[in-house]
Amino acid sequence: MTQHRKWGLFFFLTPVLLWLTLLIVLPHIDLLRMSFILETDTGETEWRLSNYASFFKEPIYWLTFVRTAIYSIIVTLLTLVVALPVSFFITKVARPGTRGFLMLLILLPFWVSELVRVYGWMILLRESGVINHFLLKLGILDQPVEMLYNDAAMILGLVYTSMLFMVVPLVSVLESLDDSLIEAAYDLGADMGTIVFKIIVPHATPGIVSGAIVVFMLTLGNYLTPNLMGGKNSLWFTEQIYNQFIASFNWNQGAAFGFLLLLLSSGIVWLGLKLSGQTLGKVVR
Amino acid sequence: MADDMQIDLGVEKVTKKFKDFTAVKAVSFEVEQGRFFSILGPSGCGKTTLLRMIAGLAEPDNGRITIRGLNMAGIPPNKRPANLVFQHLALFPMMNVADNIAFGLQRRGEKKATVFKKVSAILERVDLPGFEKKKIHELSGGQKQRVAIARCLVLEPAVLLLDEPLGALDLKLREQMKVELKKLQAKVGTTFVYITHDQSEALVMSDQVAVMNKGHFEQLDTPKNLYNRPATPFVARFVGDNNIWSGHIRDRDNNTCRFETPDGNVFHISGDQPWRNGAAVDLFLRPEAMIIQPDPAHTGLNRFEAHIRSLLFDGANSRIIATPKNSDRELLVALPQNRQHDDLCPGDIVEIGWDKSSGICFATETETSP
Repeated sequence: MTQHRKWGLFFFLTPVLLWLTLLIVLPHIDLLRMSFILETDTGETEWRLSNYASFFKEPIYWLTFVRTAIYSIIVTLLTLVVALPVSFFITKVARPGTRGFLMLLILLPFWVSELVRVYGWMILLRESGVINHFLLKLGILDQPVEMLYNDAAMILGLVYTSMLFMVVPLVSVLESLDDSLIEAAYDLGADMGTIVFKIIVPHATPGIVSGAIVVFMLTLGNYLTPNLMGGKNSLWFTEQIYNQFIASFNWNQGAAFGFLLLLLSSGIVWLGLKLSGQTLGKVVR
Repeated sequence: MADDMQIDLGVEKVTKKFKDFTAVKAVSFEVEQGRFFSILGPSGCGKTTLLRMIAGLAEPDNGRITIRGLNMAGIPPNKRPANLVFQHLALFPMMNVADNIAFGLQRRGEKKATVFKKVSAILERVDLPGFEKKKIHELSGGQKQRVAIARCLVLEPAVLLLDEPLGALDLKLREQMKVELKKLQAKVGTTFVYITHDQSEALVMSDQVAVMNKGHFEQLDTPKNLYNRPATPFVARFVGDNNIWSGHIRDRDNNTCRFETPDGNVFHISGDQPWRNGAAVDLFLRPEAMIIQPDPAHTGLNRFEAHIRSLLFDGANSRIIATPKNSDRELLVALPQNRQHDDLCPGDIVEIGWDKSSGICFATETETSP
């Protein structure tokens, strides 16, 4: 019996362990090794911290880094602000019959690839795009305006891309909120604002935090949207990593950047958990 | 007496419809200050809808609700001087006991020191002194109950509404809370409007009980009158237990009339009931109104002999199932546990007697229902 169990465990665990070691752990170990290696002009290798040092010495690197972090936090907050009313409507206001349909509407854009979705936005926003066309037709504008290639357009694209990952955990956490708690608060004299901040948000905190973690990580690691929708000044840190690997062919520098990004995201997630008083175990559940 | 009593809650011809279904049909009643008023009815009779309309969580389609003389139409629940204790209590799990109770006071913008004082005073009142810092999940069922009531009472509402708050408790605790709730109400003097489907809760605690069925009040009376003088067959059936026996009225005169069953049993019932000769009626007879082997000296009882079919032992609530001679009609008869009837066993034939004033007749159901 115990022998059977052991085999069963081994059977089911093997693909997971293979996946983790071959595709995650081993490459990361190699990247970590690479990030500490300096390749001299003569092709010799030395163990050095110079890859990390150049990150701090060159303002363009760490400025992009800080910018990426701040914008990712802003995108996360904006996504929360948009997703909370949407999730509340889906769980508490909409009739049970329409709930599935509304969730489907949220899910639908994710059936096409991110690239297609971003091009969709570009068709809408660009100088000769749909929105400009109508604004000109209606006489609101005399000259077409370039709405793409700035930070606002990039944030819009990132929030749009992240919505689903905030709505899903919020819907599941709000479903467990007893309606009578809201009614009780209302009955005891609370207005709408108090109900949201004293009852709904505290109850939804685990969902908010888990959604925020996913959205933050996805945004921080996003390459496509900032690259296509952001302007020349909207450099994203992933683009720096890409440049090091592909353009400069400096894998050692790129590996160091990659690890800095990993540290950053872990650090901010840790800070977020501390600030909201949650633990990773609780949030993941 | 009735003139100088203040009316805390007035409900006038209130109606509520959900699509084609009328949940509450033109219900009217008044509750005087300091009364314990209960609405008793089976589930789905519309009592919760009525309570939610008083609290402001639903708006009536028709009619008027007044609290202390003020018309409540269009006033949202957070502005009404009525508070609701929810069926599942709805205590806020993310707050401790003190924060739960202080919630309403803080919404009114009361000072911190006053809030603190009021919270500890009300906790004292509900016998939970020093419970301020406890988490909700650390409380027992009965303690949660009291916190939920304290959370409303601390706001000193004109009317406290309670939506079957004892339903989730186990039997023993429910019995205990019934008495406690009655005592608490007497102590604080707040007007209570209590809804329940449990007749015992309503009878024990209330000054007045309204029996509700299919959206309207069948009878509004004191608990004693509901039990002794039910106005409709529904009340007779719903409040307490009853044996129902169909038959006809014969030989009516001023003092008594005769009641004959199709299987040949003949009883006398008091003549203050408005039946003409030959009327088809249902006789309602409570198990506890029947006496097993009554004293032969006691005249004026209806007597008949019956076969004992089985004994249902249930402590103080023990019964026998008996069928009268030459009949298949099964009757429930109370079996007092005073050792007098310990020797009864199934198959015995016993004499059963009942006072003619205990039998109440209603027109046979098929005649009344359209």
